[in-house]
Order: sequence, then C-alpha cells, then structure tokens
Amino acid sequence: MSETPEPQETEASPPRNVIEVRDLVTHYGDRMILKGISMDVHADEIMVIMGGSGSGKSTLLRHLMALEHHTSGTMRILGQDIDELNNVELVDLRQKLGVAFQGGALFSSMTVGENVMLPLFEHTKLDRKTMEIMTRMKLQVVELGGFENLMPSELSGGMIKRAAFARAIVMDPKILFCDEPSAGLDPVVASQLDDLILLLRDALGMTVVVVTHELESAFKIADRITVLDRGEILFIGTPDELRASDNQRIQNLLNRVAEDDTMDAETYLNRLTGDEPAYRPL
Amino acid sequence: MQEAETKNGFVNFTEKVGRLTVAGVEEIGMGAMMVVETFYWLIFGRREKQAVRLGAIAEQCVAVGIQAIPIIALLAATIGMMLAIQGIHTLRIFGAESRVTVGISFSVVREFAPLITGIVIAGRSGSALAARIGTMKINQEVDALYVMGINPVRFLVVPAMVAMMIMLPALTLFSDFVGLFFAGVYVNLDLGISLAAYADETIELLSVDDLMHGLGKSAIFAVLIAVIGVVNGASVQGGAEGVGKATTRAVVQSISAIIVTDMLFAFVVTR
Repeated sequence: MSETPEPQETEASPPRNVIEVRDLVTHYGDRMILKGISMDVHADEIMVIMGGSGSGKSTLLRHLMALEHHTSGTMRILGQDIDELNNVELVDLRQKLGVAFQGGALFSSMTVGENVMLPLFEHTKLDRKTMEIMTRMKLQVVELGGFENLMPSELSGGMIKRAAFARAIVMDPKILFCDEPSAGLDPVVASQLDDLILLLRDALGMTVVVVTHELESAFKIADRITVLDRGEILFIGTPDELRASDNQRIQNLLNRVAEDDTMDAETYLNRLTGDEPAYRPL
Repeated sequence: MQEAETKNGFVNFTEKVGRLTVAGVEEIGMGAMMVVETFYWLIFGRREKQAVRLGAIAEQCVAVGIQAIPIIALLAATIGMMLAIQGIHTLRIFGAESRVTVGISFSVVREFAPLITGIVIAGRSGSALAARIGTMKINQEVDALYVMGINPVRFLVVPAMVAMMIMLPALTLFSDFVGLFFAGVYVNLDLGISLAAYADETIELLSVDDLMHGLGKSAIFAVLIAVIGVVNGASVQGGAEGVGKATTRAVVQSISAIIVTDMLFAFVVTR
C-alpha cells in the first residue's frame, strides 16, 4: 500500500508570514510617527523590534496588536486584513493573539489565578474546574505554580511579568507580543524571562514579537531583528547580519554611543517625526 | 509693542476658551456615547459573543448599594430629624406646628431622599469608578482588555451603570422610609403626636406620583454619576496625580450635575 507523503517544507520554500505590514503610515494628531513601514513576521520565529527612544517601536507594536488605527497602508495578521474585520471577527482574531505588557497590566482587583483565567472565562464555555486546571498548568509553565491565590500586589516585578506571560498564553495564542519584557528587572530575572520566551517558541510553537532595547536579550532570543529609526525601518535581518552592518546609526546603537540629545522640546518632537535632522550627518 | 502684547493676550485667552469649549463638548459627546454603548451591550451583547455578566452586575450592586446602607441610613435619619426640627420651628410662628407632617412628607420623598442618596453615591461610588478606570488606564489594563478581545465598556461600564440604575432608586426608597421614620420619632417626642397617627397622615398625604417623582430623579442621577465617573476615569493622563485629579473632578461634576438636574426636573414636572 502506497502512502502519499505529507507535503513538507523544504529549505527552498518561502517562510509562512503570520504578520504582513505594507506601507504603514500613522499619525498622532498632525505628527507622522510611522512613515511607511513594510515588514513581515514569519511563523514560529522570534522577531525582536529595536530602536532608540522615540523611534516608533512601541507605536508599531500597538498597531501590530490592532490597538490603534493607521492612516494608510495595510496590515494582515494571520492572513486577515484587519481593516476589513468587523467587531466579532476582530474579537475572534484577538483570541489568537497574546500580549505581555511592559508593566504586566494584571487586574489589581483580581487574584493571579483569576487574571490568568479571565480570557478562558470570557471566551470559552469550559466548566470552572477545567479552567482552574488550565490556569494552574499555565502558571506552572512560567514557574508560578501555587501562586494563583495571591494578589498581584503581593508579587515581585519578575513574578508579575511571568504572571502576565501566563495570562497571555492561556488561550494558546498563535502570536505572542511582548513589550519590553526585561525592563526594570535584574539581569538574572531578565535572563530567566528570555529563557521563557525561547521555551514558548520551541515548546508551544508560538510566533513571538518582542519590543526591547536590551541588546543582550535581543541577541539571545532573536531569530530576526528589526531596527526602527525615526519612524522608518533601518534594518531587518538576523542578529549576525545586524552585527556585521556598517551603518553608523546601527553601530551607535550596538556600541551604546549616545546621539546628540541636547535639544529643546520642539526639536525633540521634530526629531520623532523626522522634520528636522537631529542626528549628526553620517 | 504694548498693543501687540495685548493682542497676543486676547488671542491666547480666546484660544484657551475655544480649547476648553471643544474639550467640554467632546466630554459630553463621550458621555452620550457611553450611555448608547451601555444599552447596546445590554441588548446585543449576546449577539456580539460578549453577553453582560449578571455576576458582575450583582457584585457592583453590593459595592454600590448594600455597602452604602449604613451611611445612607445615618444621613437619611439626620435629614428627617432636621426637617422636623426646622418645620416645627417655622410653623410655630403661625401656631400650625401640628401640620408639620405635610412639609416633612413632601420634602423627604420628593426632594431630600433622592438628593442626599445621589450625593452620597456620587462621593462614594462615582469617585471609585473614576479612580478604578483611571488606574486601569494608566496601568494598561484597559489595553489588556482590548487585546484579550474583551470590550472595556461591556466589562467595566455596563455592570457599574446598571448597578447604579438599580441601587440608587432602591436606596432612595430606603432613604424615604428612614427619613420619614426618624422625622416621626422627633415629631412624637416634640409634639406628642403618636407614630401611628403620624404614619396615617403621611400615607394619606403621599401619592404614588410623589414617590415616583423621587425615584425617577434618582434613576437619572444614577446615569449621571456613572457617566461622569467613567468619562473622567477614561480621560486620565499622566500617573497617580492624574487619577487624583480625575477622581476629584468626577465628584464635583457629579454633585453639580445632580443639583442642577434636580432643579430642572422639579421645574419641568412640578409646574
């Protein structure tokens, strides 16, 4: 009996994109923040988005999470054009996305367990016992087993971030977004979170998009890195390609060389929008 | 030179007035949208796969209503007795203090019970709502709700508004009874009119319309308190200081709105 083999991805086959952004332009008021961003995120990869303060990386993340409306351009997440989705379809899509916010964003009036269980409670018809078991399992993944009855205020900074990860993955999302996961943590705890992100990619097969300015963390976890500069993409590639880049701004970023930051407020705002060159010419 | 400065001052003043007017109109619009959205989620929530949870409404009913009973009882009793004291003092001038029940009954049921209940709930629950939503906003908890596919209006606003619309009239009714009872106790002590006679006269004087006048007002107060609390909470900018300002603003605006609405309601319905 002959069996038809399952089609397998060969080395030559192009990677499947879970996020496709084309010519994304966004404004805050009159100011243009993102100026025609085009990028793809491949399935099962860890994409790290980097850039200096005011480069637009947090704004880009908020758009990728479908939290903001863009001025022009298109954005397809998991094959769906988010401009064409109605409310119900958007809610369905969001159930396939997980987000770990910078400060955790745990609901302070709920216990850790209730926080993690909330998406299950809202979007599934599982009985409470099953939801509790799933919650405990996800808390164990982030090494917070037994902490479900504590309030967020009783946790340390690193624990809050891990609990936020547990909540973000409780619905087994296809894409996990992490906003500055290492910010404000000591190096050991930050490294543990990096290991957790790698574990989530490898063990649970998630695509992970991480916004960070921690170089060490970025090089440890990234499959590819996107560098933003004043609302434009300066670089997309692997960590090795980034290291090898001869772009002066990238080298400044990698070598922690400060740009000229002595400017007034108006110049600073113009620098964000690129209306005035605040960087020394290359 | 001086003329140019005066001109600049005038332009700045006009610009400021313009900005404040636009901000005010925006807030009113946001409040109106909040009311529309609340009813939308109540009616169509199930169709949108996000039904409003009865448990959340019950939880809010306890926080807004049940936990406010002691303070409402204290203030209603105090107001009732105060009205009896002032009423007897004033009517004594005409030798008509035995008719004090007329003044007390109408004042408590049509005016003081809804007003004092509204003010207490504005200070207690309106401020708590503004602080809660403001804190959630600056901690990115509102964003977290969005990305989890949970509509924040359905999750945070609807239970609070519905609970207020149920509990404020209920507390007003409770306030009516407590106020009238303690006024009766004072009348009994001062004028020697028995509680039974006082109760008979009160029941005879009051109509269902009088009761509904107070309860109708309290339902409007409930919407005002909830909307003002939510709009101020959702407008928070900055950190903890912003939350503090929003909370104070919510209380001041709610109490002002309650008093102005009370007058307008009385003007429209009583005349």
